[in-house]
Amino acid sequence: MAVVMDADRVSRSLTRIAHEILERNRGVQELALVGIRARGVPLATRIAADLRQLTGVDVPVGALDITLYRDDLMLHAVGPQPVIRRTEIPFSIDDKVILLVDDVLYTGRTIRAALDALIDFGRPRAIQLVALVDRGHRELPIRADYVGRNIPTSRQQSVQVRLQELDGRDEVEVEE
Amino acid sequence: MTTATALKSRHLLGIEGLDAGEIELVLETALAMKEVAGRTVKKVPTLRGRTVVNLFFESSTRTRMSFELAEKRLSADTLGMTTAGSSVSKGETLSDTARTIEAMAPDMIVMRHASSGAPHQLARVCKASIINAGDGTHEHPTQALLDAFTIKERKGRLAGLRVAIVGDLLHSRVLRSNVYLLTKMGATVIACGPATLIPPGLGQLGVEVTTRLDEAVTGADVVMMLRVQHERMHGLFLPSVREYFTQFGLTPARMSRAAADAIVMHPGPMNRGVEIDSEVADGPWSVILDQVSNGVAVRMAVLYLLAGGEEA
Repeated sequence: MAVVMDADRVSRSLTRIAHEILERNRGVQELALVGIRARGVPLATRIAADLRQLTGVDVPVGALDITLYRDDLMLHAVGPQPVIRRTEIPFSIDDKVILLVDDVLYTGRTIRAALDALIDFGRPRAIQLVALVDRGHRELPIRADYVGRNIPTSRQQSVQVRLQELDGRDEVEVEE
Repeated sequence: MTTATALKSRHLLGIEGLDAGEIELVLETALAMKEVAGRTVKKVPTLRGRTVVNLFFESSTRTRMSFELAEKRLSADTLGMTTAGSSVSKGETLSDTARTIEAMAPDMIVMRHASSGAPHQLARVCKASIINAGDGTHEHPTQALLDAFTIKERKGRLAGLRVAIVGDLLHSRVLRSNVYLLTKMGATVIACGPATLIPPGLGQLGVEVTTRLDEAVTGADVVMMLRVQHERMHGLFLPSVREYFTQFGLTPARMSRAAADAIVMHPGPMNRGVEIDSEVADGPWSVILDQVSNGVAVRMAVLYLLAGGEEA
């Protein structure tokens, strides 16, 4: 067990990502953040706070639950169904640049599901991907546009992201 | 009470077999499902490739449409059978119909039947998950769940509420399922109807029973009206429509005895001027149309939760 990012590092990574977002996208007005539940949502909210500090503009934040779009849902008919939480995107995504935010980018299957879900809400001008941690081992042709930290892992390891809002503290840990 | 993480059974035959945590799980899942109805594309791929058979041995419009819409919004393949013109009208037994349908390997069967216990019999022979969409005078679990969802949406809770259920108590599966659900969730239920339409032993289900509507409505947070079937109007049960309305019809004057923010519900189809005055049905108390929209979300939740249910 090793802590690979502490609270300070998490916060600095998010601020850097906010700068990169501004560097890459000209207008803040057309941006919108969508966090993938659970931990993508507080991350999206924090990036929105950083963007407000940098530009004075409030970028809208939505929450996406991808359970209904999972590709492994009906694979195993035995066993309880994952609990569904609410999707809340209280703005139109049409013609917006959507910044899709998740904590860990791994196989890419969650992102595939999230892309399908987003398309059902409208037609964004572009979707860019933000991940706090990229741990590799992609199974689909998906890559992140903004990464907090690349952490090489083996498939046997698990990456735990803990955030103040949900877990009481900020840290990223690699567990065997 | 803590919300369950899964339903224990792979069938939904009644509310009686559920515990409070399972009921809460259905209601919370339905909340997420309701959001799908507000999207541009009102459809999610969750049950893609799954087959749902709607077996309606008794006529039904809203329940059947509600289930069909729920199935379609979850991308399931659906097929329906009604009694008229089917093999049932040609004399086939329920077990043989069940075995025939079973041979087509559906994943779920939604069933309505005039005989109490029919879905239970189906559950014994079929590998598919069975959802009871109303069996005789026994249970109508998804109706009680959508009623609970609607109450919670308006009141924020179920526990501690005073719920009056008024009408034909004897023949009502909606009553039975609601009594099980509301008492499990900590609400107080007052059942009210003509003495000829009160089933013996109703009090043993933890319900207050009265024949006086004013008494039932006084202080009620929720007034749930049950349909009085016209066929009961003749013969032994009730003298006349007018007399029924005088004694048990819900009017604005009677609603003034209820809590200031009380809501009025009806499982439909309603008989205006028989059990409910039009002024109440269309008035500020009424959540009758909310019940219809919420029905789809609740049925989506049930279909989703049973699709992954554990092997019995």
